[in-house]
Amino acid sequence: MRPEQQQKQQKPGIDVAVLVSIGRHPTTGRARRAEQDARGLELALAMEAELPGSRIDVLHAGSQDVDSEAALRSYLGMATGVGMGLESMTLLEQPEGSDAILPLVEHLAATSPQLVITGARAERGEGSGLLPYALAEHLGWPLVNSLASIETVENGVITLLQALPRGQRRRLKVRLPAIISVDEAAPAARQSAFGPARRATFLVAPTTSEADSELAQWHLSPARKRPKRLKIIKAASARDRFKAAASKAEGKGGQVLTDVTPEQGAEAIYKLLKEEGVLR
Amino acid sequence: MSEIIRRDPRREWIARNRLHPDHASVLAALGVNSEGGGAASEWLGPNGVVRKNPRAIGFIGPNGVKRIDRSGLQQGRQAAATTTAARDSRRRVTIDQPAFLVAVVPDLTGGRLSSHDKDLLGLARRVADADAEQPGAVVAILFGEHKGEGDGEHKEEALGDAGIDRVVHLDDELYAGFAPEARLAVLSAVEREMTPRFWLLPDSPLGGADLGRRLALRLGERAATGVWQVEVDNEASLGWRCTTRGAAGSLDIQRPLPRVALALAECAEPMDETRHAAKCQTLAAPIPITLSRIEDLGQVAVDPAGVALAEAEFILSGGNGVKQWDAFHHAAKVLGATEGASRVAVDDGFMARDRQVGATGTWVTARVYMAVGISGAIQHLQGIQRCDKVVAINLDPGCDMIKRADLAVIGDSTQILAALVAMVEQQRGGQRDAA
Repeated sequence: MRPEQQQKQQKPGIDVAVLVSIGRHPTTGRARRAEQDARGLELALAMEAELPGSRIDVLHAGSQDVDSEAALRSYLGMATGVGMGLESMTLLEQPEGSDAILPLVEHLAATSPQLVITGARAERGEGSGLLPYALAEHLGWPLVNSLASIETVENGVITLLQALPRGQRRRLKVRLPAIISVDEAAPAARQSAFGPARRATFLVAPTTSEADSELAQWHLSPARKRPKRLKIIKAASARDRFKAAASKAEGKGGQVLTDVTPEQGAEAIYKLLKEEGVLR
Repeated sequence: MSEIIRRDPRREWIARNRLHPDHASVLAALGVNSEGGGAASEWLGPNGVVRKNPRAIGFIGPNGVKRIDRSGLQQGRQAAATTTAARDSRRRVTIDQPAFLVAVVPDLTGGRLSSHDKDLLGLARRVADADAEQPGAVVAILFGEHKGEGDGEHKEEALGDAGIDRVVHLDDELYAGFAPEARLAVLSAVEREMTPRFWLLPDSPLGGADLGRRLALRLGERAATGVWQVEVDNEASLGWRCTTRGAAGSLDIQRPLPRVALALAECAEPMDETRHAAKCQTLAAPIPITLSRIEDLGQVAVDPAGVALAEAEFILSGGNGVKQWDAFHHAAKVLGATEGASRVAVDDGFMARDRQVGATGTWVTARVYMAVGISGAIQHLQGIQRCDKVVAINLDPGCDMIKRADLAVIGDSTQILAALVAMVEQQRGGQRDAA
């Protein structure tokens, strides 16, 4: 993670496109910067500090109105230095309720960045998390999900740490160009500065937009609480029902080693740990 | 057999006279029809009336008091016989000519079907068995090694119990780790060969969410993600409607069920009344080898102390029985385990409060939970309910933790931990020399 000064000069920066969306505050429902997308931008900014000369293109496909503009500007206020922010953002303007995949594919194919960073799923609309995969399929680029950090970028190969469940990490080497999706495992986003956010500009690019007719047919409603799963007891007799209700959860009766030397006991435990694959 | 009941007055008289020396044998002879050996408790009397001997029923309880168990499950041999009968009473189902196929790709974390996988298989069965006349078959595509449930149960049994009719098992080095392209090639081959009507995958971070989305895009389907309810809908193209969570869990979307669906945990009840065949199948056509642009360099060692206790994979937990805490910490470091503690150890100041496992502390989900010197208070046992394997080291063979544990070692915890640490260090040392 600490390349030396000469290396820095040798290595040219890379083009990074960061896809951002408009988030939704979980309690108030107001527009805000989306949590995961902000983490993605944070990752890109950290990489720019590492690889000077990298260009970050912040990209949003959607409509522009008062609410969304404030949310989008808060991405631009994420400063690269003291009192600095991003100067501009590319806006692929399209009416509400249209499919964002096609314009994004067209734009990315035209500008051909080497790395695309995106949040795993949107906080509004369908929020299915299919967009990164759709981009990868259309562009034919490899995709890595759930990124934790970027380690190195060298000769068109990027080394990454992927977050696994249970706090584990996996190291991957991916040939560029690639798409990376970011979720909660990535480092938290920095604060957004108000002034630079106000001064930043939007570059509106022309797009072809197509209404998402399938989504329009679906029935959307506020999420209702999922019913709690009941413990279904299929017992023939009253005694079984009583036992199921009253008894403690017991194991299936495991192996008990009594009167063994510590070495024998340790060996049995060691065997089990090896079998489960928790010893590394 | 004639319907006339033949009487033997002498035997009846002996059966009534419990002081007669032949009383027990005559009772046994009369009660041939009733179950169990020993003295008969019930027999058919001379007039076709059932006679009971109240002295023959029941058993002597632990305190020398006679107990009568009216549930029909009496002690010893009889109880064992009834439980095996209960196990075998599950209906065996073999579907030879399925009307259609439902493909499921379980996560198979740690080589076992997780509860999420079982729920998903329950959903697959619901979809497959909707029409009793023309049932579909559930095909499971498994990647990686399968370890079997419980103690050494066969693969077919464990998978069949979960509701799988056919298994395509790919236990190859190629599919280990992060290999989405290789796995996707297999799923595409399955699609070409079997053309299942539905593809169901778990929407879980363990791999199902990633693979399912890739598959959906490869098949050109708009997958339903976060499915938590599926209902019959005759207007939909495939006959089902689903409810999914959208917009970061704040929206419910009702839509027709597409061919590819990613379901959340508890989307359906797991199967427990039928046993299916789980017949192994191999793919006829060879799977094309894809050149991957993603290279997996393997898992990185992470600091186990930095992993949150609730999601740690391997926990070494200490309680009142631990006397040498330095040795305990050393053991956790060598084993690479996250440290946990019981309430007593925390109250006594040996461990930090955030390390407490149990109802008042953290509810853990470890795959292996090692309890050292913990007797197993009910609050602690609640906290480890969702652990897969529990190892207990304790001096008291009668404590509750031993009953819960899959492997229990009775002995001095300090010595056993020291022996275990020595063994692990020796093995690691050996490997380093070899390398």
